[in-house]
Amino acid sequence: MKLKKNIPLIDQHDKHGFWGGKFGGSYIPETLRKPIDDLTIKFEKLRKDKKFLAERDYYYNNWVHNGPTPFIKLNNLTNHLGGAQIYAKVVSAARGGAHKIYGAITAAMLCKKMNKRYLVTDTGAGYNGKMFSIAAKHFGLKCKVFMGFRDVQRQKPNVDAMIKNGAEVVPVYTGSQTLVDAVSEVMRYWVANHEKVHLGVGSTVSAKIFVKICGWSTAQISRELKKQMIDEFGKIPKKVKLLNCVGGGSSAYGLWSEFMDYDKRQISFEGIEAGGPKNSKKHAAPLSNNSKIGVLHGAAQMVCQDKFGQISETESISAGLDYPGVSPLHCFLKETGRANYVSQTDEDALNAYKLIRKLESKINPSLEPSHAFARAISIAPKLSKDTIIIVNSCGDALKDKHIIKKRLGKY
Amino acid sequence: MTASLISQAFKKCKKEGRPALLTYTVAGDPTKKISLDILKSISKNIDIIESGMAFSTPIADGGDIQTSAHRAIKAGINLNETFKIVKKFKKIEYSKPVILMGYWNLILQFNENKFIKMCKKTGVSGLIIVDLPHPENKTFAKKCKKNGITFVQLLSPTTSKQRMKQIIKDSHNMIYYISQSNTTGGKLKVSPRKILEEYSKIKKLNNSKNVVIGFGITEKTIKSLKKADGLVVGSAICKEITNSIKKRQNIVTNVTNVVKRLKNKIR
Repeated sequence: MKLKKNIPLIDQHDKHGFWGGKFGGSYIPETLRKPIDDLTIKFEKLRKDKKFLAERDYYYNNWVHNGPTPFIKLNNLTNHLGGAQIYAKVVSAARGGAHKIYGAITAAMLCKKMNKRYLVTDTGAGYNGKMFSIAAKHFGLKCKVFMGFRDVQRQKPNVDAMIKNGAEVVPVYTGSQTLVDAVSEVMRYWVANHEKVHLGVGSTVSAKIFVKICGWSTAQISRELKKQMIDEFGKIPKKVKLLNCVGGGSSAYGLWSEFMDYDKRQISFEGIEAGGPKNSKKHAAPLSNNSKIGVLHGAAQMVCQDKFGQISETESISAGLDYPGVSPLHCFLKETGRANYVSQTDEDALNAYKLIRKLESKINPSLEPSHAFARAISIAPKLSKDTIIIVNSCGDALKDKHIIKKRLGKY
Repeated sequence: MTASLISQAFKKCKKEGRPALLTYTVAGDPTKKISLDILKSISKNIDIIESGMAFSTPIADGGDIQTSAHRAIKAGINLNETFKIVKKFKKIEYSKPVILMGYWNLILQFNENKFIKMCKKTGVSGLIIVDLPHPENKTFAKKCKKNGITFVQLLSPTTSKQRMKQIIKDSHNMIYYISQSNTTGGKLKVSPRKILEEYSKIKKLNNSKNVVIGFGITEKTIKSLKKADGLVVGSAICKEITNSIKKRQNIVTNVTNVVKRLKNKIR
């Protein structure tokens, strides 16, 4: 299994839609074959269409944020830890507060091009749903968001935002009442309503085409970052570590995509999964725990499951990472050795959040990127001063204010 | 060669001038014992048994079947136990064909070769795998055929004519037509006339294949579709199990009565 050079990772699948011959594919009911084929043809055509790209670039470069989202050095944290230089790509400065805005804009644009009026999606942390509600409102579309009931309760600020933007939030009461159940339910909804409804999946998961569309969208993060690195350092530095939390894996793919072809000794990738509460066994960390390959939500991937193939319930303080599967792209990156994956616990993430809030005033990372910051904090002191660590601060903590207040006493 | 039991069942129904009646229940719902008792009790009124392999994360099932599957998993069902139920049933009713229906991950984790071996050993006649579409299912379908097991291909209203031709060409002795773009158990939003029109298109392409219609068929709608080779009722039965539990009534009796009424409507 090997990565190819000069081809975007999202396009490195074989003719059956598998990355590395075994991850991905389209394990979908017959009813969805045609809608998925139609979407595939449309997307592959539009991504070469100059007008479509110009419109996308306008939104990505100006509407999401006035210019690229900030790339800043965390001086106090760097001095405090006394090792590698720590930077943040502050994607949370994007409109709505997270990277999910890119996928939402693409989905809304595709929805219009498919002559549909209804946009549906899943959400865990609520950011994807919030961004879809923002994009739908802007593009004059109706919007429906499926969300596990447990997440509806724990990510209330984002639920409020969705409703305020005119979206309908559909609580899902099956299973663990989290992201996995929301994705199942939105896929079922699409099976029944595909004639009128456009589905945008919230991460680089599900059938091949959804993996591609989402990755194509979040790739904006690393396009910006590459330029910002050259501005900051004059060239791409010799030792760089790109750290990103991984639930489904959309923001991590976004941070890394432009740097795939670099030697990993120069630019290494580290994905941080959710280890859950300290003594819990319900990790949402299929890659770092070497889970077996299985089929979930239409794609083959490493997935937390029991020996009979029932998908396991997971547990994490961070709703956005609380997912038993992971993108086929990340499975492929792990197997080729291009990226490395570890997990951090709920407690690690909370401690990291606390330290960052104490030392840095410019960022307020949500509990998802706090997992990645926890990793940065643990490795930075052991690394040389010429090592650059860049953490994708991909979400804002406002949505977590109730959890943080409860666990740390204040927000 | 248990696949031939399926052909025999259709032949018998044709002789009687009625469609085959297929029922879907989830193996192990609400318990292993009761699910077997249900099969034994409804067997004489149905022609082919569809037994669901409960899966935690189904993407094509509506609420009723999801509820049944969760109940079965909670009660300890897994593939080994599912095969035990089939084996016990086939001991009493050897000639009644049993089709297992479910999602690919369970088979993948069980190991596909081992799975086929167990199907042969316990007397499973056919398989319906909801999320393993054509042409990705070709290799597995061939393996099934080689082992005398029918791999049931699915067609839906969204299947293009060209694709339909290919799928029919690669199909075995039974094809499943999904009546409408919906999850299982959704209310019929297409008229029975329209469904039968689509059904006729399939039959015209190859009249020798036994084509069954499923999704959204209830006591109310079954009669209007009786021209088909076979009709599948699933969610309506799963719902009856749920209702019987709620009302603390005898599940086996209630389900048996539903099946009797279904049968009477298509005689």
